[in-house]
Amino acid sequence: MSDLNKLGLAEARDALRAGDVTSVELTESCLKAIDEADALNAFVHKTPEIALERAKAADERIKAGNAPSMCGLPIGIKDLFCTKGVPSQAASKILDGFKPEYESTVSQQLADAGAVMLGKLNMDEFAMGSSNETSTYGNAVSPWRRGNDDAQLTPGGSSGGSASAVSADLCLAATGTDTGGSIRQPAAFVGITGIKPTYGRCSRWGIVAFASSLDQAGPMTKNVRDAAIMLETMCGHDPKDSTSAELAVPNFEAMLTGDIKGKKIGIPKEYRMDGMPAEIEKLWSEGAEMLKAAGAEIVDISLPHTKYALPAYYVIAPAEASSNLARYDGVRYGRRAQLAQGDGITEMYEKTRAEGFGHEVQRRVMIGTYVLSAGFYDAYYNRARKVRTLIKKDFEDVFAAGVDAILTPATPSASFGLGEMTEADPVQMYLNDVFTVTVNLAGLPGISVPAGLDSQGLPLGLQLIGRPWDEGDLLNTAYALENAVGFVAKPSKWW
Amino acid sequence: MSIDQSTAAKVAKLARIKVEDDALPALASEFNTILGFIEQLNEVDVEGVEPMVSVEPMRLKRRVDEVTDGNQQDKVLSNAPDAREGFFAVPKVVE
Repeated sequence: MSDLNKLGLAEARDALRAGDVTSVELTESCLKAIDEADALNAFVHKTPEIALERAKAADERIKAGNAPSMCGLPIGIKDLFCTKGVPSQAASKILDGFKPEYESTVSQQLADAGAVMLGKLNMDEFAMGSSNETSTYGNAVSPWRRGNDDAQLTPGGSSGGSASAVSADLCLAATGTDTGGSIRQPAAFVGITGIKPTYGRCSRWGIVAFASSLDQAGPMTKNVRDAAIMLETMCGHDPKDSTSAELAVPNFEAMLTGDIKGKKIGIPKEYRMDGMPAEIEKLWSEGAEMLKAAGAEIVDISLPHTKYALPAYYVIAPAEASSNLARYDGVRYGRRAQLAQGDGITEMYEKTRAEGFGHEVQRRVMIGTYVLSAGFYDAYYNRARKVRTLIKKDFEDVFAAGVDAILTPATPSASFGLGEMTEADPVQMYLNDVFTVTVNLAGLPGISVPAGLDSQGLPLGLQLIGRPWDEGDLLNTAYALENAVGFVAKPSKWW
Repeated sequence: MSIDQSTAAKVAKLARIKVEDDALPALASEFNTILGFIEQLNEVDVEGVEPMVSVEPMRLKRRVDEVTDGNQQDKVLSNAPDAREGFFAVPKVVE
């Protein structure tokens, strides 16, 4: 078999079990693809020794007939996950040189299931960004281009390295994390599948915290079946995360029947934004038609507080970030600034954080500090938390009325050029998450599925939002949509 | 609500991030853009609405208050920029 790196998880798993291929062969194929793809800047810490060691162990387990779900499958890990003995710096200069003494629960579960870690993936610094342009490693680059134009495009963010790597077949799948859209927006930008599960499904332990009430890990894969396989491995109760749900994890793959007859799919009118490109509008209605043709009932719904989701998010997320990022003080880990004669501890904190945090991270930490400061806490932070309650209630009302899933566009535009948004004010960049951020605020599962190409040949995605803890049903609806769309486009190799 | 330079300086101080004086006007202006965006929340009627604490209604788990871990001084200090004699070292805090 050639081009083994181009396989998905399910295909590779079946080939491994049939004895048609070994994990070492799969892994070597990916390592070669990674070495040829430095221009994408997706893998920022390569771990070939660990990969080959785990691949050999996986081959032994497969030979012994003792192969867990992801045995021998090579994947990439977002730099936000702490991986023992391997640099884990959340794409921040302030964590230069940090090698954790422990492994995140999610990456441990993947390793226990036999997955092979190929290396760490680029991302926006502390997952704050929508274009992977805030990384200390430099921009991750999308494998996609606008026709023959050789301008570099963003793979989205914050999980931009994961998106670029999966789309360019550098790995079979990758982990991502999603606080406001950081799995679903990049997945949509590069034509892959990405799911953020219900808040509490995946343990947050060992994942560098951005906004703890919103952060969730999830898989970024080449298709819906792969997402089901990998999500199941990533989920599960963990006593080390007090918000981790003590719920059984179903066999998501077994729930992929493709049968959605009688399912009620909601189309929220508030997601029809002014200035939305006609192509996205068209894609959205075509998606609804496809689900209808597959036997679903399409209903118009209203989520009246949608407009307030982004402003609420830009209070709550920075507030939590300002608290979470207080730990980067140049004392316990990472990088400390050079001090001048006579500098005390306050100067050490201030200089370390000024040098170590990039511009966007500094801005969000300071906004968070402001909205939590005396005199403004009620006006900003408490008000935003009340609006969050209303946003969640919007969804509860719709689900109580019998809606099974909600269909929306994943992003308000296709991928844009790296550097094109540099002059825009920060709020323009924040608008990338307008369709995804509601889902984090309400703690719901959401999945982005590639649904077509725009006139420039760039992928566009549709998002499905499901009921809490019902990822299985959501994945099945996504599977039906995927089958109907038949998206097969791949970027042509220029790197 | 408009943020002036002295408020921006105060916020930077609270956040323990050094901002040079000549960077303050641009910072204050960015704050104002973002806060202007956030101001939309004032349009929402939140009378009688409870602020969300946790997205899933669950009681945080409790456990017995006992030592479950320890004796990992080397590991705890292994990533410190400056560790001496089993401690984190920092500039002088008390005169």
